[in-house]
Amino acid sequence: MARPFEVTRQPGFSAIAIACFVLLYLPIVLLVIYSFNAGESISQWEGFSLRWYASAWENEQIQAATIRSVVIATGASLIATSAAVLAALATTRTAPWRGRTIVFALVNQPLMVPEIVTAVALLIFFSMIKVATGYTGLWYLILAHAAFCIPFAYMPVRARLQGMDLSLEQAGADLYGTPVKVFRHITLPQLWPGILAGAMLAFVISLDDVVITEFVKSAGQDTLPTYMLGQIRRTITPEINAISTALLAVSILLVTAFFFISRTRK
Amino acid sequence: MIDIREVTKVFGAGSDAFRALDRVSVTIRQNEFFTLLGPSGCGKTTLLRMIAGFEGPTEGTILLDGDDLAGKPPYERPVNTVFQSYALFPHMSVAENVGFGLRMLGRPKDEIAATVREMLALVRMSELAERQTAQISGGQQQRVALARALAPRPKVLLLDEPLSALDFKLRKEMQLELKRLQNETGITFVFVTHDQEEALTMSDRIAVMNAGRIRQIGVPREIYDHPADRFVADFIGDTNFLSAELTARTGDTATLRLPSGRTVEARAQGDGTPGKVTLAVRPEHAELAPPEEGALTGTLTEVVYSGTDTHYHVALDQEAGLFVLRRQNRPDAGPAHQRGDRVGIRLGAVAGQVLRD
Ligand SMILES: Nc1ncnc2c1ncn2[C@@H]1O[C@H](COP(=O)(O)OP(=O)(O)OP(=O)(O)O)[C@@H](O)[C@H]1O
Ligand SMILES: [Mg+2]
Repeated sequence: MARPFEVTRQPGFSAIAIACFVLLYLPIVLLVIYSFNAGESISQWEGFSLRWYASAWENEQIQAATIRSVVIATGASLIATSAAVLAALATTRTAPWRGRTIVFALVNQPLMVPEIVTAVALLIFFSMIKVATGYTGLWYLILAHAAFCIPFAYMPVRARLQGMDLSLEQAGADLYGTPVKVFRHITLPQLWPGILAGAMLAFVISLDDVVITEFVKSAGQDTLPTYMLGQIRRTITPEINAISTALLAVSILLVTAFFFISRTRK
Repeated sequence: MIDIREVTKVFGAGSDAFRALDRVSVTIRQNEFFTLLGPSGCGKTTLLRMIAGFEGPTEGTILLDGDDLAGKPPYERPVNTVFQSYALFPHMSVAENVGFGLRMLGRPKDEIAATVREMLALVRMSELAERQTAQISGGQQQRVALARALAPRPKVLLLDEPLSALDFKLRKEMQLELKRLQNETGITFVFVTHDQEEALTMSDRIAVMNAGRIRQIGVPREIYDHPADRFVADFIGDTNFLSAELTARTGDTATLRLPSGRTVEARAQGDGTPGKVTLAVRPEHAELAPPEEGALTGTLTEVVYSGTDTHYHVALDQEAGLFVLRRQNRPDAGPAHQRGDRVGIRLGAVAGQVLRD
């Protein structure tokens, strides 16, 4: 009897798998290692030190960029998550209506339209507003980030809503709960892991963005990633490695938390 | 009192349109244990959902104590539901579940606490008040669902197959408990089941449904003894159908001639014109007899022992098909019969129910 096809038993499988993992993780491991380099080089090891972390910590430009990044990511993920919750409710908790599929596609537009196109479009759109109003503050960046973060917040919220037993909300209505009360007392308490997960994912995505930020930002509005990009064009020191490692740590923390939260009470 | 008048429900539209309920009319009285009984897909849940307000009728009206319910959302109807899946709120304790309806109605805290205590005592769940709903058994969840639906003192309680998930013993227990609760609270119960035995033991009245229509409404005895048509006779209990010819009728008693040439008497309502009819005979209403004494004759093809009863399957001489009889097993039971024996079937003084096709 022929054994069923099993990809793990094919010759060369382990070799290819190992090669893939090396390609994926070796550069990151090297980046992390060299963030602790005592010397000025990013490729020559001269001993262990935390000097670049200290220098990044004291660098005023990095401080400003970090604060800006966090402010933008916080604002954007709050806006994106609120919009995503409403969109998810409209696409799961209503009787099928014409255009529901279209709305679903529109909400997910940022996943399909090339980022560079969105970036150029926002650049042109915002410059028109800038000319008209004269406002040049951070809100352009916050709104731009909110826009492309919506689908990332939408997905976990929608998945959670779809997984919820509809009869619970019906039971709520049956027991004299008006739609608003049912949402507050029945839907929301069960939805929060999805909402939190969506907000965290949106936060990480916003924190990481380069392309759209680079196009939309005004002078002096560098975020952490665009600051790093600017540095790399000049001299590269392990300071970049140190910032990257810190960003990596934050992302891993948030994504791990996302993973556990989205699994709770399922 | 619930007055359901000519209610029709059509799902979908155009060529997909499906008539789940077809001109259903029924009046459910105050304080009645009323059961909707019928096979899967006959529209029982749909009718309940329309009384609760989750679905609107395509045509017809539903009145509760004279008020038209049309356009009233579920949260404005003094009607509560025990869902088939129980639908307990997983993020609340047992007590919070039971108090939810009163909380939504904005009742004062101490009143809610008192009612919750009373309801939990009623369903014998007082010790588990602070448990999370995931930490109690299926039977306990069911009782919590019941207490939750009873707590706001609705005028009508709707129960959608609430016992179907329970094992046999617990189910028997809960049947009695439901009956007791209904007596103690005086609330009108509308109960859905597809278990005919459950319907017969619990109900004040039963509506037998099939394919979106009500086929018969009556007290259990009426439904069992006087089924209105072949569907009802077949669905409720076991029935033997015999072809016969109606020759005369006086009052409720008809004289029939069987294909064997014998004449028997049976109950008949409605149309009494002579002609071909069907005679429905319950298995426990006939007895085995020597071949020469039977109204029918045949050969025993199967003897099935089932504890309290023995079932005899007889292949009839006069027409195709099996006739099934049931005899209680008693120490003094008559002679044992065996497969292959020639037997007669003796019908009662009133042989059965006459059905028109
Ligand atoms: N929302 C709906 N859309 C389309 N058809 C439906 C809908 N709800 C119910 N139906 C159909 O209506 C018919 C009656 O359904 P209903 O749920 O009332 O049956 P039921 O008598 O409760 O059956 P069961 O004993 O299996 O619960 C079924 O054929 C079902 O497929
Ligand atoms: Mg049903």
